[in-house]
Amino acid sequence: MIYLQLFLSFLKIGLFSFGGGYAALPLIQGQVVTAHGWLSTGEFTDLITISQMTPGPIAVNSATFVGIKIAGLFGAFVATLGCITPSCIIVTLLAWLYMKYRNLSAMQQILTSLRPAVVAMIASAGITILTTAFWSSQGTVQLATTNWYLVGIFVICLILLQKYKLNPIWVMLLAGVMKLGLAILGIA
Amino acid sequence: MKNKLKNNHNMLFRLFLSTLYISAFTFGGGYVIVSLMKKKFVDDYHWIDENEMLDFVAIAQSAPGPIAINGAIVIGYRLAGILGIGITILATVIPPFVIISVISFFYNAFRDNFIVSQMLEGMQAGVGAVIASVTWDMVSGIIKDKNTGAVLIMIAAFIAGCVFQINVIYIILVCILIGICRALMAGRRHKS
Repeated sequence: MIYLQLFLSFLKIGLFSFGGGYAALPLIQGQVVTAHGWLSTGEFTDLITISQMTPGPIAVNSATFVGIKIAGLFGAFVATLGCITPSCIIVTLLAWLYMKYRNLSAMQQILTSLRPAVVAMIASAGITILTTAFWSSQGTVQLATTNWYLVGIFVICLILLQKYKLNPIWVMLLAGVMKLGLAILGIA
Repeated sequence: MKNKLKNNHNMLFRLFLSTLYISAFTFGGGYVIVSLMKKKFVDDYHWIDENEMLDFVAIAQSAPGPIAINGAIVIGYRLAGILGIGITILATVIPPFVIISVISFFYNAFRDNFIVSQMLEGMQAGVGAVIASVTWDMVSGIIKDKNTGAVLIMIAAFIAGCVFQINVIYIILVCILIGICRALMAGRRHKS
């Protein structure tokens, strides 16, 4: 029963991938390539490339991609459902506990200690994205290998966001259009 | 009563549309969607306050599964209960589901397309700017509070995560332990 297999495989991926994104990759590869042979290694690499180029969590992208390839649209639906089911149960439970107990003084102390760390984690995610953007093609972080056009686009975007409070989604699209424009003009 | 119901429908509709819109544009992983959600639901709509949003990110990060999905679930639950969860999950899943379904039929052409690849390269810098802007607002908020403990935790967590690449789960666990110690100490002070 292929639908059940798809559902269970992606249920495992959803249940055991902590930390999101790339942490889930080996797990997805284990299920999809090694255990079931649904994708070849080459197809798996393509899947990662496509996931990087499209919106959405990598686990959901994989579920859709593999599901369609193996069992059509309904397969994609079942695989996606499997991949979000653990989240639905566990996060709903955590959210419920949070709403119920967040006014306890002990809980307040814990949350006060957690919030600054969350800010730090968001900051380091931003730095990872920027280093890949500025130095990806060269691999090492050096002044000489910096992609200054992308640094310039970054600075313009930051000013538009902070000073002019533009909608972040428009700013992101504008960043893409600026890079495309530079490429068409043959500058970068 | 009827009016309230209408407002409620209107709110659910706005929740669905804004989540759909955010999900369709989150290139580059969970923290991007979290940053966009903060801009929308905290800064624009004022449905959630900033501290609550940070708690939600911690919850999303501590549970297994994609951060975007987990974040959508907490926000949906907070704003409209179980119905809210249904709405935000649907809105988060629809864009990648549709886009991947379409692309899987002609992905070679998509992958090698010049316009697509150039746009995406530029958008990385844009995504970085969005996260930087959100971080800037939150860091200055913490510094303005003049709470030394919070600033120290922030710096330590940043070094642990960014320099030493320590898994986020351990950072969260350590912070929970610090919080428990603080609660115990406060309790003792209270008694004496």
